[in-house]
Amino acid sequence: MNINIEVNNKLIQAKKGETILTALNREGIHVPTLCYMKDLMPTGACRMCVVEVEKKPNLITACSYPVEEGMKIKTNSPRVVHSRKTIIELLLSNHPDDCLYCERNGNCELQKLSEQYNIRERRISGKKNKYRVDQSSASIFRDPAKCILCGRCIRVCEEIEKVTAIDFVGRGSKTIINSAFNKGLNVSSCVNCGQCIMACPTGALHEISHIDRVEAALNNPEKMVVIQHAPSISVSIAEEFGLKPGADINGVMNAALRKIGFSKVFDTSFSADLTIMEESSELIHRITNNGVLPMFTSCCPGWIKYVEEFRPEFIKNLSTCKSPQQMLGAVIKSYYAEQEKINPENIFSVSIMPCTAKKFECSREEMTNNGIADIDAVLTTRELVKLIKAYGIDINNIEPELADNPLGTRSSAGKIFGNTGGVMEAALRTAYFKLTGEELINYKIDAVRGEESRKEAKIQIGKLEIGVAVVSGLAAADKLLTEIENGRKDIHFIEVMTCPGGCIAGGGQPITHDVKRIKSRIKSLYDIDKTDSIKASHQNPYIKEIYENYLGEPLSHKSHELLHTHYSKRDVLK
Amino acid sequence: MRTELEEIFKRHAHAKRDSLIPILQEIQDKMGYLSEEAVVSVGQHLNIATSKIYGVATFYNQFRFEPKGKNHVMVCRGTACHVLGSQTVLEAIENKLKIKAGQTSRDGLFSIEVVACIGACGLAPVLNINGNFHAKVTVEKIDEIIESYRNKEE
Ligand code: SF4
Ligand code: SF4
Ligand code: FES
Ligand code: FES
Repeated sequence: MNINIEVNNKLIQAKKGETILTALNREGIHVPTLCYMKDLMPTGACRMCVVEVEKKPNLITACSYPVEEGMKIKTNSPRVVHSRKTIIELLLSNHPDDCLYCERNGNCELQKLSEQYNIRERRISGKKNKYRVDQSSASIFRDPAKCILCGRCIRVCEEIEKVTAIDFVGRGSKTIINSAFNKGLNVSSCVNCGQCIMACPTGALHEISHIDRVEAALNNPEKMVVIQHAPSISVSIAEEFGLKPGADINGVMNAALRKIGFSKVFDTSFSADLTIMEESSELIHRITNNGVLPMFTSCCPGWIKYVEEFRPEFIKNLSTCKSPQQMLGAVIKSYYAEQEKINPENIFSVSIMPCTAKKFECSREEMTNNGIADIDAVLTTRELVKLIKAYGIDINNIEPELADNPLGTRSSAGKIFGNTGGVMEAALRTAYFKLTGEELINYKIDAVRGEESRKEAKIQIGKLEIGVAVVSGLAAADKLLTEIENGRKDIHFIEVMTCPGGCIAGGGQPITHDVKRIKSRIKSLYDIDKTDSIKASHQNPYIKEIYENYLGEPLSHKSHELLHTHYSKRDVLK
Repeated sequence: MRTELEEIFKRHAHAKRDSLIPILQEIQDKMGYLSEEAVVSVGQHLNIATSKIYGVATFYNQFRFEPKGKNHVMVCRGTACHVLGSQTVLEAIENKLKIKAGQTSRDGLFSIEVVACIGACGLAPVLNINGNFHAKVTVEKIDEIIESYRNKEE
């Protein structure tokens, strides 16, 4: 039902039940927010979004207050502006003044607000608390001194991921955000997805950086430093260099990486193809041999840790496949090293991931072969951007180059892995071929595309009907687990990604709250799929080659040794 | 410990989230503090994340997360004591013992707790150590008071 409200002397229409903020945003009227986050429960905690409403004695928080018929709202009255200014000044009063050294310099909401409200001096001086930073995690660094207690990280962790590793601890001026017993994220239930980093308005949260160890390796003449980039990277960095958001700059990125000094540039989409070969075979094996079903994908380390901690009874449902990052890592230090006659101990293997959890993943014991780690360092997309800038590389003036074979050619099925539903779609294309001996004519499987947190479909493959589901966000995944626990039997194969929307919106990506940018990345991956000629993993000639020359066939002894693993129950403070 | 917890949970068999505080209080009454194990079991019983329970419990001064020391120093922070300088007294004790309110010294000899008015306002600011009242305490007296308890140990 529509109702009328008046905003800044102009009549606008609003929908009954929606908040003032939603109505204003639809009309393009901007109100600053801090604690508010789209799709999460509003808390009305920061009071940045206050507006003045006629006949109401107090200012009202637009993010949490519903519209009422006939409301007369002022979004920029002197009283409103004064109140917002005071809030910013209070937030700044005990904030460390070290923007120049801050991770988020230039991309900080607090910085932007103080600029917008023209705060030019410190009028209020608060007592600065002394805090211990938490760098116990393999993935996430927390600096409470920069925290403005907006609570966005807490809500993402609880509402989207159902992990709830952190909360407000203490009260009054001593309140901080912390894990239980202030013990550090490493012993908490944190799954390292980094969605809290994406939510944080300030520099209080960022990744544990691996740039130093990568640079040290680059400067070590004994080391051959190779790098791989995940499917979503090439469509996620263009805007950081002033290019069109979502533009695919794969070739230019390859060239830039060589300029930085990496001796070989490989493509994680190649090993995504490899994952599909193994995973689709595993699925078919489970279906035809009465194995444990449904089978869950295992590419996402956040999801894996969640199952180990919260749902260990489902560990047997996880595919035993390592993730594409780890598969490529294992193949580089075996197949590739043997081919090139290099001692694997002299290879330093780096990966670029849209993900913070991959830093944790590469440090897992399971991810080694004869005591040698598959992967030595993981850079997030954000760290890659820094590296390119630090080496003074002009992205706009270099010629595109191809990645290095035999680990640099991919199908487009491997490329769409970055989107939620992408792994499923790629797996179905190859499973279809394996079961029927024919190629899927209509390769595009619309039912598993789209950004919803859950998609389900029934797919007919020859005589077999397979039930599939795709979920992103662990709260959505957990809900599905409960349905299965309660007896659902119609699903055989489930893709899970921790980050809502998939890796394309992963916790290591450039920080933005602009949905259009994320959408343009998703589209870009599907456009590549549309135009490429090799659309299924099993058609990739280099995949055929690695099986012929080295692995034998999917699920072979060699494959198991290098490409598969298993997981076990994990005790954490949860 | 287990059985004591189980008894408490039995009394709150079908408890919901709003029983959190009463359950925590009972545990603290029984065991003197909220151990990690206790908080984890409360979480399982009520289906609440430990981070949330810890968050709620640290909001209140009454909960402690370490066992009390042999000498338990209660510092009154009621109004009368506050007006007569209990804040500086508290800080002096914290500095002397190198622990904060709610904590226990490493050797287990001392712990500090901040309490509301203990009904001896005429004697403000007041300390209560092991049941003994110390009246009209000043920062200068802290050393002597604390040392007298330490010496009793030897
Ligand atoms: S760490 Fe960041 S997101 Fe979390 S409460 Fe602090 S400022 Fe907000
Ligand atoms: S969805 Fe992708 S980016 Fe997010 S945690 Fe999983 S693997 Fe990492
Ligand atoms: S944004 Fe509305 S109260 Fe924080
Ligand atoms: S205020 Fe301290 S005893 Fe009453």
